[in-house]
Amino acid sequence: MSDAAREFEQKLRVESPAREAWRMFISNNSAIVGLAIFTLIILTTFVGPLVYTIDPFELVWAPLTPPGEEGWLLGTDYLGRDLVAGLLIGGQSTLAVGAAAAIITITIGITVGALAGYYRGWVDEALMRVTEFFQVLPPLLLAMVLVMLFEPSLTTIAFAIGVVSWTSAARLTRAEFMRIRELEYVKAARSISASNARIIWRVILPNAAPPLIVSAALSVGTAILFEAGLSFLGLSDANVMSWGKLIGDNRPAILAAWWPVTFPGIAIFLTVLAVSLIGDGLNDALNPKLRRR
Amino acid sequence: MHIASVLIRRLLNAVGLLAAVLVLCFTLIHLAPGDPAEVIAGEMGGATQEMMAEIRAQYGLDQPFHVQLFSYLGNVAQGDLGFSFYFDRPVTELIIDRLGATLLLVVSALLLAIFLGTFLGVVAARNPNGLISHFVTVLALFGYAAPVFWTAIILLILFASVIPIFPASGGMYDITGPDDPLSRILDIAHHMVLPVITLSTIYLAFYSRLARASMLDVLGSDYIRTARAKGLAEVVVVYKHALRNAVLPVVTFAGLQFAQLMSGAVLVEAVYSWPGLGTLAFESLLRRDTPTLLGILFFSSMVVIVANLLTDIAYRLIDPRIRSGAK
Repeated sequence: MSDAAREFEQKLRVESPAREAWRMFISNNSAIVGLAIFTLIILTTFVGPLVYTIDPFELVWAPLTPPGEEGWLLGTDYLGRDLVAGLLIGGQSTLAVGAAAAIITITIGITVGALAGYYRGWVDEALMRVTEFFQVLPPLLLAMVLVMLFEPSLTTIAFAIGVVSWTSAARLTRAEFMRIRELEYVKAARSISASNARIIWRVILPNAAPPLIVSAALSVGTAILFEAGLSFLGLSDANVMSWGKLIGDNRPAILAAWWPVTFPGIAIFLTVLAVSLIGDGLNDALNPKLRRR
Repeated sequence: MHIASVLIRRLLNAVGLLAAVLVLCFTLIHLAPGDPAEVIAGEMGGATQEMMAEIRAQYGLDQPFHVQLFSYLGNVAQGDLGFSFYFDRPVTELIIDRLGATLLLVVSALLLAIFLGTFLGVVAARNPNGLISHFVTVLALFGYAAPVFWTAIILLILFASVIPIFPASGGMYDITGPDDPLSRILDIAHHMVLPVITLSTIYLAFYSRLARASMLDVLGSDYIRTARAKGLAEVVVVYKHALRNAVLPVVTFAGLQFAQLMSGAVLVEAVYSWPGLGTLAFESLLRRDTPTLLGILFFSSMVVIVANLLTDIAYRLIDPRIRSGAK
C-alpha cells in the first residue's frame, strides 16, 4: 500500500528540464565516451607538464629518433625535440585558443543573430547583409590575412578565428529569436512593459539556449581545427608550442619520419572527435522533439 | 518570379558583395601596422625621411583615405590588383596563372563528394541498420574530426612512400615527363588523385550523412508509397522519384560551403605543392606579400559568389516548384 503511494508520489514529482537533459546525456554511450576522452585530454595536457618537466623547445636527443628508442616514448622531431613534451605543452595552447575562439565566435554570433531576429526590419536587413558578406569570404584565407597583418600571437589567432566563423551561429540565433518572439510568454513580457534588452537577454535567450549550447560545443571543435590549420601554415606564436605547429614544423620531414606529424594529428583528431560526440549528445539531450520518442 | 529578374537581382547583389570585399581588403592594408612606403624603403635598403615622403607622394600614399580607396577600386575595376614585389609580377597575372589548378582541384573534389556522398547516403537510407549505414556514421565523424592537412600528410605517407603508387614529389605534373597532350593529361590525373580524395573527405562525410537523413525523410512520404503501390520497381522509386527531392539539401549545402572548400584547398595544396591559389597564398604568406594575399582573398570570394549563383540556378533546375515561382 505504502509502496504504491510512494510510486504515485514519484510520478507526480516533476523533473527539472536541466536534470532531465543531464539524465538523457549520461545515458548516451557515445556522449559519455566523448566526455571521457575530453576529460582525459584536459587532464594530461594541464596536469601532465607538472610531472613531465622537459621543455618542448629543448633539443634533447638526435633528430628523428623513432618512438620507443633510446627511452623517448614518442621519439623526437626533426630538430631533436621531445614529442611527449611537445604534445603535452602544445595541447594547452591548442585547447586554450580553441576555447577562446569558440567564446568569441558564439558571442558575436548570438549578438548579431539576437538583434537581427528580435528587431527585424532594417536592422535585420543590414545585419544579414554583413553575415552574407562574411559567408562569401573563404574563412581560412581571411584568418590568414588577419593573423599575418596583426602579428601571430595566441590572442590574434583566437580573435581571427572568431571573426571568420560566427556566421552560422548568427543564423541559428536569428531563426530561434524569430520563432520565439511570437510566443505567448514574450507577448506577456511585453505587455508588462519589459524593456527590449530585458526581453532579448532574460526572456528569449534562455529559451533559445539549447541549440546554441550545441552550436557552441561544436564550434570548439571547429576552432581547434582552425588553430591547427593556421599553425600548420606557419601562423603561430613562434614562442608557444602547439599541436598544429608541431605538424607544420615537421612537414618537410614527412617522408623520412611519420611520427612527428602523426601523433599531434591523432591528438587533434581525438579532441575534435570528443567535442563532436559531446555536441551530438547535448543535441539529443536538449532537443525536446527527439526526447519524446 | 521570373528567372531572369531573379538572376539580375542576384548579379547586382554579387557586385555589391565584391565591392564590399575590396573595401575590406583596402581597409585591412590601412589598419595594419607599418605602411607600404616602409616596405619599399626596406627593399631599397633604407631611406631618409625625405625619400620616404617622396615614395609616399609617388604612390599616392599621402592622399586622404577615401581618395586612395577610390583609386584602388578604379584600378581593380580595370583588372589591376596591384604589384607583387616578391614575385616581381602583377598580382592579377599571378592569380590567373594559378586559378585553373585550384578550380580543377576544388570542382573535382566537390563533384566526387556530391556523387559518392549521395550514393552512400541513399544506400545507407535504404537499409538504416546495415553495414553501409554504420560506415557512413563513422565516416562522417572521421571526416569532421580529422584535420584536412593531416589527412593529406597521412595519405601522402601511405600512398607515395609506403606503397608508392602515387607521385611523392607533389605538383601538378612531372616536368621531365613526355609533353604530348594525352600523356600530360594522364600525368595530371595521376597527380590529382590524392589531393582530390583528401579534399573531398570532409564533404563526402557531411554529404553522405545529409543525403541519408534527407532520403530517410523522403522515403517516408506519401508519394513514395503511391509509387510503390502502383508497382514501380524499387530502383525506379528510389533513384528516380525519391532521389530528386532527397538531393536538394545536398545541392544547397554544396553551394553554401564553397567558401569552406576554398579554405580546405589552401591546406591541401600546401601539402601536395599543388600549383594553385592555395600554394600561392602559402608562399605569399611566408614572404609577407600582402598585395598577393589580398588579391587571392578577393579572387576566391569572387569564385564563391559565382559558385553561389550557379547553385541557385542548379537548384531551380532540379526543383520545378521554385522554377515556377510557387513556394
